[in-house]
Amino acid sequence: MSKTKEISVPDKISGFSQVRLDVDLTNGKISKTSLSNEFCRDWIGGYGFASKILWDECPAGVDPLSPENVFVYTHGPFPATILPTSSKYGVFAKSPLTEMFGMSISSGSVGAQARRAGVNMIVFKGKAPELSYMVVDDDDYYIVPCPELVGKGCWDTEEILREEFQDQRLAVMAIGSAGERMSKMACITNDRNRQAGRTGMGAVMGSKNLKAVCFRGTKGVKVARPVEFYKLAKKLIKVANGPATAKYRDLGTPAGITSYNKLGMFPINNHREGTWEKIDDGTFTGDTLNADWVVKKVACSQCSIACDHIAHVPKTHPDWPNLYASIDVEICYSFGSCTGCYDWPTIFKCVQMCDDLGIDAISGGVTAAMACELYDLGLITKKDLGYELPFGSTVNLVKFTEEMILGKGFAGEIFGDGTKQAGLRLEEKGIKNASYYGMNIKGLEMPAFDLHGMTSFAVGESVSIRGACHLRNGSYGLDAKGNFDRFAYDKPLERGKAIKELEDIYAIIDSYIVCKFTRGIYENDAEMAKVFELVTGIPVTEKFIQTRGDAIVTLSKCFNIREGWTRDDDHPPERFFKESHTKGPAKGVTLKEDGYQTLLGGYYEARGWDPKTGIPTDVTLKALGLDFVIGKLKPAGGKK
Amino acid sequence: MSKSKTKKRGGVVHQFIIVDPNLCTGCETCESVCSFVHDGEFNPINTRIHRVRIEPILNVALACQKCDDAPCVRACPEKALEQNKETGSIIVDDDKCNGCAFCIRACDFGVLSLHIQSQKALICDLCETMKEEYIDPERGERYPACIDVCPKEAISLKDVEQIGEEKRIDAVKRLFGDILKETEA
Repeated sequence: MSKTKEISVPDKISGFSQVRLDVDLTNGKISKTSLSNEFCRDWIGGYGFASKILWDECPAGVDPLSPENVFVYTHGPFPATILPTSSKYGVFAKSPLTEMFGMSISSGSVGAQARRAGVNMIVFKGKAPELSYMVVDDDDYYIVPCPELVGKGCWDTEEILREEFQDQRLAVMAIGSAGERMSKMACITNDRNRQAGRTGMGAVMGSKNLKAVCFRGTKGVKVARPVEFYKLAKKLIKVANGPATAKYRDLGTPAGITSYNKLGMFPINNHREGTWEKIDDGTFTGDTLNADWVVKKVACSQCSIACDHIAHVPKTHPDWPNLYASIDVEICYSFGSCTGCYDWPTIFKCVQMCDDLGIDAISGGVTAAMACELYDLGLITKKDLGYELPFGSTVNLVKFTEEMILGKGFAGEIFGDGTKQAGLRLEEKGIKNASYYGMNIKGLEMPAFDLHGMTSFAVGESVSIRGACHLRNGSYGLDAKGNFDRFAYDKPLERGKAIKELEDIYAIIDSYIVCKFTRGIYENDAEMAKVFELVTGIPVTEKFIQTRGDAIVTLSKCFNIREGWTRDDDHPPERFFKESHTKGPAKGVTLKEDGYQTLLGGYYEARGWDPKTGIPTDVTLKALGLDFVIGKLKPAGGKK
Repeated sequence: MSKSKTKKRGGVVHQFIIVDPNLCTGCETCESVCSFVHDGEFNPINTRIHRVRIEPILNVALACQKCDDAPCVRACPEKALEQNKETGSIIVDDDKCNGCAFCIRACDFGVLSLHIQSQKALICDLCETMKEEYIDPERGERYPACIDVCPKEAISLKDVEQIGEEKRIDAVKRLFGDILKETEA
């Protein structure tokens, strides 16, 4: 840790409660230890903490759904303070969906309540004898068997537990039936509309018979330098309600539908196309969604932005009367354009089921889109499904989605664990090349970006530690904003450096943990470092947090390598190399394999990883203070 | 807080915290900052303004309504609560308050609570007792911190006369907006 020692740690630090709970669900034993000041300095918070814990404590090659997998809840130093979007938490484990580093972040009230209760991290191991929930009620920690909650949705579970505790502020992170049946796409829901959706963390809870974790606390949170912090926080709250976040507040992220459609980058019909006449004619836009359907914008605890757009289906609707659902661009894509559906109430119904019954609405929609395409090609039929499922389905899409979530019927049997498993299962049934239609990277379904004409982001999304993801480095901006020629393969090292720079600071954002939407409210990385100092008392610098971001990304990459990652895993689906759009700005364009590999090598080089193998060199590991990894990068053969 | 420019016929009009449910997103920042400027730590359980969320879409926060002949004052068996005639604020005498919570039971709006550590009654005093170090330097005087930090400007300090006037203007615009459009044309 030679690098980190340059930053002195005060005897007493603030912000972090530093309390780590270890919960052995098998025998119900709960023990309490303290996270050291140095650990908090070096690993910053959420993502950083978990990258170290999973490296140290998750057995190499572990079956993600076995009791031996390690499930980590944690947050950074900010929850309960008025720093904008501070009330966030992360969950981490080896992912059942990717068999690599699993992570998912959510907001709502959980982070703030957990912090006020005084915990900083909970490490769950083992498996409870029966379905149970854990309670963190200030200093009272206990596990309660809950056979009465078997099969309950996330929303019911939250309501029942709040009633039980007679406390409408009880923070509840729960799984639904999908998590209980260990769907690899299962999410964790809290505060109704907030999900830790990605990489199947709900399945890991399900595998441990852990139905829910409840938090409430009455402890006040002090910061190291309150007067200065208050001044800076007030400024950030004002900026966070200014132009930097306007698009998230006004139309919400669905504003992106129109702008990405213009670039030919909004995926239609399982990524066959990147533009859509339903967007061109105004049927399927953020404007229409807001004008016709959105009735309220709601905020998570301590959030100045309020991006949560609640849509309402009127009482007069024949199929889904009086339905409320939380909408963002990702589900407009996954259950909307990607399945060819432009019927808003259908999309709302699908996302409401995902949130309540407990699967990730991105993975769910993209899996449904795969089924639509296979149906379109005649590779699965009405005889298989029991109903038709062309692109643009409505009632049948809802039926499919429900079966997929609950694991029922053909839809559940084949598609209930996401696109990767669906491909493998169909291939076993003799449908050759079915996996080709599963739009995932490392097994995680793709977010709302088409990659045909996005050469930088093709790399950025593919190298993401947790599988297909736009939030590990946000490098779509490099293409969309024109930093690089999005159709070319030039400047591999420059592109690699640009992706790395973003990825390092995103790793800090995920460790703080604050919302990516607030990235633009800080004047610069130095101000981001300042806010950490004012809250914790640890005098970190801009350079320090950037380096720690680098170390966090590299360590979680090492986790993946230990689990059997190879260079081939950092690769977009074959479709982008073989088929092009028939219209729009990316018409006729495919990704080129040699060009892609050149850019990928550039990224590895920028990271100080071997440009050929993508494995961090010993020199890099030493420079980042990751000496403890050296010699331990031999794959454990965990990845199937 | 005696700088109110509005006067009720025959007396002073009390201003109080009012929150617009159309603007409130339920972010709880008001609660956190309330506890912070009074106690120096973030702890919404010690807030004097209370966010209420009723799923799926209702969000609002409530603070002391400055009732005339306030029931909380009448209910206090220790005579620990007193209403400032000029501002309408309820002042709690911590030396007398024994935490019996009769005031909480008497309040129709649920805006009183007990401080989790001291067990003394808590009620919005428009930040008259905020810590000096958190006074906004530009403003130079105590002012409700929740109004200052509310990201959606959903919180304001108003009296019933102002509220009535605003509602009347809104209603007239709704009812007779056509005439206005004609004058603009």
